[in-house]
Amino acid sequence: MVSLAELARERLAGRRLIYLCILLSVTVPMIWKISFKEHASPMVKNVFDQVESLPPGARVLLVFDFDPGTEPEIKPMSDAFTRHLCLKGAKLYCLTLWPTGPVEIDKVIRNVLTPEFPDYYYGADYINLGFVSGDEAIIAVALTSFQKAFPTDAHNISTSDTKRLPIMKWVENIRSFNLIIECSGGYPGLPEWIRYAAVPGGVPIVGGSVAVGTPELFPYVPDQCVGLLAGLKGAAEYEQLLLERYPLLERPECRVALDRMGPQTVAHLAIILFIIIGNGIYLSQKRRGRVGT
Amino acid sequence: MAVPRMITFTVATVLIVAMFVPPLEPIREEFSNFFNIIAAFAFVLGAASLLGVHWRRIRRRVRGWGYSIVCMASFLITLIVGLLKLGSPGGIGGSAIAEGSPFAWIFDYVFTPIDATLFSLLAFYVASAAFRAFRVRNAEATIMLVTAFLLLLGRTFLGNLVTAWLPPEMEPFELPNLVQWIMYVPMTAGSRAIMIGVALGTIATSLKIILGIDRPYLGGGK
Repeated sequence: MVSLAELARERLAGRRLIYLCILLSVTVPMIWKISFKEHASPMVKNVFDQVESLPPGARVLLVFDFDPGTEPEIKPMSDAFTRHLCLKGAKLYCLTLWPTGPVEIDKVIRNVLTPEFPDYYYGADYINLGFVSGDEAIIAVALTSFQKAFPTDAHNISTSDTKRLPIMKWVENIRSFNLIIECSGGYPGLPEWIRYAAVPGGVPIVGGSVAVGTPELFPYVPDQCVGLLAGLKGAAEYEQLLLERYPLLERPECRVALDRMGPQTVAHLAIILFIIIGNGIYLSQKRRGRVGT
Repeated sequence: MAVPRMITFTVATVLIVAMFVPPLEPIREEFSNFFNIIAAFAFVLGAASLLGVHWRRIRRRVRGWGYSIVCMASFLITLIVGLLKLGSPGGIGGSAIAEGSPFAWIFDYVFTPIDATLFSLLAFYVASAAFRAFRVRNAEATIMLVTAFLLLLGRTFLGNLVTAWLPPEMEPFELPNLVQWIMYVPMTAGSRAIMIGVALGTIATSLKIILGIDRPYLGGGK
């Protein structure tokens, strides 16, 4: 039998080695820009087809409920959704129920909408409704009166002022929208928009979520939520579909998730290797009658 | 004691009834507006509580009180810069998060890296936990291990290649299809069971609050 001190030393050394391997498996593919072609799953195809089937001028509620912690997974989705919607000529209504969300909306406007779609005008083709506190209570109000839930836009212009914000002319409540797209980093997120807006309002909803939050969203698909982008992989599959349908998007900024999948894939393979090695060590120690680490 | 209980009972009953009686929908809207106003106050209360807790830690020199200074300073600097829109291109009338504003700088170069770093540390912990926890100790652990193995492999490009050699009649056993089945059937069933359990628990707790059996809104029972 080995002493406790020896076991603790072994564990610490093992943990450090694991951390080093993960660091290398993430950084090396990042530096060498290793990426792989993605095959879209049926669920991602459903999301893509739902957006693709929108008629020009369709009104889409684009919700940015995420923060910098979840940004690496969710932002590629929100960027891809924005590009796709603009290519379809949809009217965008951007909002957030997260206090950290306004900056995310601002980034999409600054980095995607303004430089890539100069023909999109504020107030006519898109609107930034900013942040409103109140979580699902706000969604419940928006179901009956959108103007009551969001009385002003992010620039303090009244949403009832249809002269300055003609995009609001066609919006009365949630039912006025053709589609809701929720980029969900946690609570409030996709489940709240499904329960309080999409289902009672009869409006189709699609969304994206961080990979760890996906299992709790699966029960809603496909009856209450048309489709779901599950984590970075979902975002990469969506980008792949977008690039196949619109080859003009073949630019580095349009394949962020695809590029990030390289490090994630190698890290996954490293974890698989750790599981195999861990079990090998465990079984050999068990055979020798040593305490499993 | 009787007044808060009466208010709780009345408001809850009205809101539940309004859910099923369309003419009462405006009442629900009004209550939602009240909720939003109270939620806004909660921000102020939360800030006051944060300052109070950390101020006490600093005054009593509790272990790690230096971190409380960092917390309070970060909070106050961000609050003042954001509230007064210090250095914002549009001044006090402009946007606090406009490009080039100090508040946007704090968000982009302080908050974003810290938050992203904390979240990305999960990769290291998950790898270490997978190494130690996924062991073939017993039947349950083996099922979990195999499932995790399949899902991890199926979520990589290798997942498509590993079983690509299978004949067409074996298509359901191709790894991507197997992974999809795991996610759609056992995983969804488990998630649904948890959701229904949580919903039943919420109903039971709500009833206890409405009927005054449980009174968390009155404080800690002192």
